[in-house]
Order: sequence, then structure tokens, then C-alpha cells
Amino acid sequence: MNWQPGTVLELIEQTARTKSIVFDVPGWSRHRAGQHVDVRLTAEDGYQAQRSYSIASAPEDRHIELTVERIDDGEVSPFLADELLPGDEIELRGPIGGYFAWEEAPGTPVFLVGGGSGIVPLRAMLRHHRATASTVPLRLLYSARSLDDVIYRDELTADAAGDVRLTLTRRQPAGWTGYGRRVDRELAADVCWPAAERPLVYVCGPTGFVEAVAGALVSLGHDAARIRTERFGPTGGETP
Amino acid sequence: MTRITRGFHGRRRPDVDPARVPPGQYVTQDFPVLSAGPTPHGSLDGWSFTIRGQVDQPHTWTWDEFQALPHETVTRDIHCVTKWSKLDTVWTGVSLDTLLDGVETSAEYVTAFSDGGYTTNLPLEDLTGGRAWIAFAYDDEPLHPEHGGPARLLVPHLYFWKSAKWVRGLELQLEDEPGFWEGYGYHNYGDPWREQRYAGD
Repeated sequence: MNWQPGTVLELIEQTARTKSIVFDVPGWSRHRAGQHVDVRLTAEDGYQAQRSYSIASAPEDRHIELTVERIDDGEVSPFLADELLPGDEIELRGPIGGYFAWEEAPGTPVFLVGGGSGIVPLRAMLRHHRATASTVPLRLLYSARSLDDVIYRDELTADAAGDVRLTLTRRQPAGWTGYGRRVDRELAADVCWPAAERPLVYVCGPTGFVEAVAGALVSLGHDAARIRTERFGPTGGETP
Repeated sequence: MTRITRGFHGRRRPDVDPARVPPGQYVTQDFPVLSAGPTPHGSLDGWSFTIRGQVDQPHTWTWDEFQALPHETVTRDIHCVTKWSKLDTVWTGVSLDTLLDGVETSAEYVTAFSDGGYTTNLPLEDLTGGRAWIAFAYDDEPLHPEHGGPARLLVPHLYFWKSAKWVRGLELQLEDEPGFWEGYGYHNYGDPWREQRYAGD
């Protein structure tokens, strides 16, 4: 797997802390929804920094899109979120991974649960589901602190997005009819398909969020082997 | 060909000796958690560690028998394929040299297997010579389940996915067989100093 130059086409402010970067990567191998990519930055003196980011775009999308959350004391994310301009080139390598990936195929229902920027690989799966006009039942539960923190807000709250449920854990707008608390056992039971239907489950978010949600689903009788997880951040990190 | 990234200067850390950081890695003070599925929470009563496969007869230790073996406390740097490295981590466990002592085998390869179904493959040689442990404590505290407790394999000279969490035993084999991540395109051996992240690296 070689490093390939990607040219920045567009930068999209998603929330105060997140930005989507759309790349043109000539000769990119088609990815599977949920996979990630390595990014490499090189300073003039040869110093390099690498990071991994989930791919936010569906395999069917024309360009590769990453969505980066700015970590204030970070080395790479502030550069990507604040310094990058259209026309800039950075090096990418991928696609990487394959377990936390979903490919349209007849099968049991799919349940996606995202916390904070953990929505990114799940958004690729949702777009893949829509692009293939899949008949596989799919539901997405997304936990964010407030409506202002919801990444891809227009896409996820569009009228047609009946398969998407939001929970806003810190602040809800007036007249909010969605959920307003952290994903606990009861909320998971409310939104997820029953364990008897053997859904395939993907959970992505900060470590504490994933531990809580995966634990709740196991306690509801879901087979641990059908729950795929992707965690980021340290033990006991803040839960969105 | 490496391309210069316009406007990128990087932030070298004056407090970190670059000779201790493998290529493409950065040093973190956190201890990130990466696992493919839910964290298993088993009881120590039901725990055992087994060496099986190409052996005269399987060797099994209960938790109490395992705890009665000589312990070692070691300080090592660890390197995750997702790019973070953590320096001077302190682990307590039983050396694989102790566990493999008296095990007669013609095997050259090992598959470590874990609660939850995770596996990873290594050359048997890499588990010997004071280079690998079954660790049950981190920083003098019982190893937290999120980090692989009650016990995990510790092979710090390879990328950390080789240090299988929730490890329950070793299958000794004549032939090498890819483990979980190795089957998803990650490197078969995983030497961080040669940046062997993915197949073909």
C-alpha cells in the first residue's frame, strides 16, 4: 500500500470543532464503508507526522472525504482543520481495516451507534446504504452534546432521514422531540432491533461511550460477536 | 517520493528522545483503548491459561496456580499501529520463558487466543529470551478490563495488537496462520522499527 497525493478540493465547516475535507485522490482503490485512511504530513526539514482518520464518504461518492475533530493541543488535527486550503496536497494511504466495515448484502438488520465524532465511519455506512438503495433494515442512533455539535446535521435531520435518531445529552432546543440523555440500556432497547433478530451492530465513539453502549447491548442479550466497535481516546474519557 | 506539506511545521517534543520513537509514531501520555468488540468481563474462578497444540500434553494453570509462578515487573515502551507510542509503561506478569520452561515442542509458530474470540500470530522465538510476558498488573494495579485484564499478552517489541488482551492461552503450531488483524491486511510480523503496519510494508 503506497502513499498517494490527495488534493484538497473543498473544506466544509461541520461544527465549531469539526471540519470535513474533500480530497481528489487519483487512482484511489475503492474502500468499504467504515474503513480508514492514514494521513502523512511532511515539514520542510523532513519531519513527518502520521495519523489515522475514518473515511466519511461512501464508496459510491466521487471523492474521499475525511472529517477531522480539532484537538486543541494536537499536532495534526489543528493543522488539518485550520491551515489546509483548497489546492493543497497531502499524502494518504489506504483503505485500511476491514472488520469495522459494512458492505451492502442481504442479511439481518444493521444498527449503528455513534458518539460525537464517532459518527464519521457510520455516516459512510449510511450513505452506502442509501446509495445502493439497500433493503436491509438500518437504524442509526447518534449521541451528541447539543444540536450545534451534530456533525452532518442537515443530512441526518432531513425529512427523509427516518432511520436516524438523535439524542442530545447536554442541551436540547425548545420543542425538541428526540432523546435527551446518554445512551443507556433502556434507550438502546428502544432504538435497537430486538436481540432475537440478531442485528449486526457497529458502535463508534470515545472509549467510555463505546464501553457503555456495547455493555448495554450485551446485557440486552445481543451476541458480543455481532457487536463491532471502534474506540478513540483514553480510558474514562468524556462521554458525548 | 515524499512531498512537503505547505505550512506544516510539526511540533517536535523537546521532552521525548526521538531515538525511542519508531517511524510514524507519536508519544502520548494517555492510554488509548482499541478493541474490535465489547470488553469481556469474566470471573477469575473460571479463568485459566493453557499452552496446547504441538505439545506432548497441554499445560493449564488456574488463576491461583498462575499467581504462584514467579512474577517480574518490567518497564517498557509500547507502540500501537494506530500511531501512538507510550514510553516507560510498567507491567507485572509471568515471563513466557517461565511458562514455556519444560514444554517440549517442535512448533515454530504460536497463535495467542483470547476471550471474545480474538487471535494473533507470532513466531515462538519472539516469546522467548525475556521478551514476552502474561501481564496481570499495570502500574502496580490489577490490569483494567478495557486494557485486557485480567491478563494480557505483552510483547512490547512488536506493534501492540500482538499483545493480545484477555489472553487465555497459546496454540503452538508447525505452520504460521494469520490471526484476527493479520487476516484484515495488517502485517504478519509487525516490527514497529521497520514500520511493518500493513501487509507488504
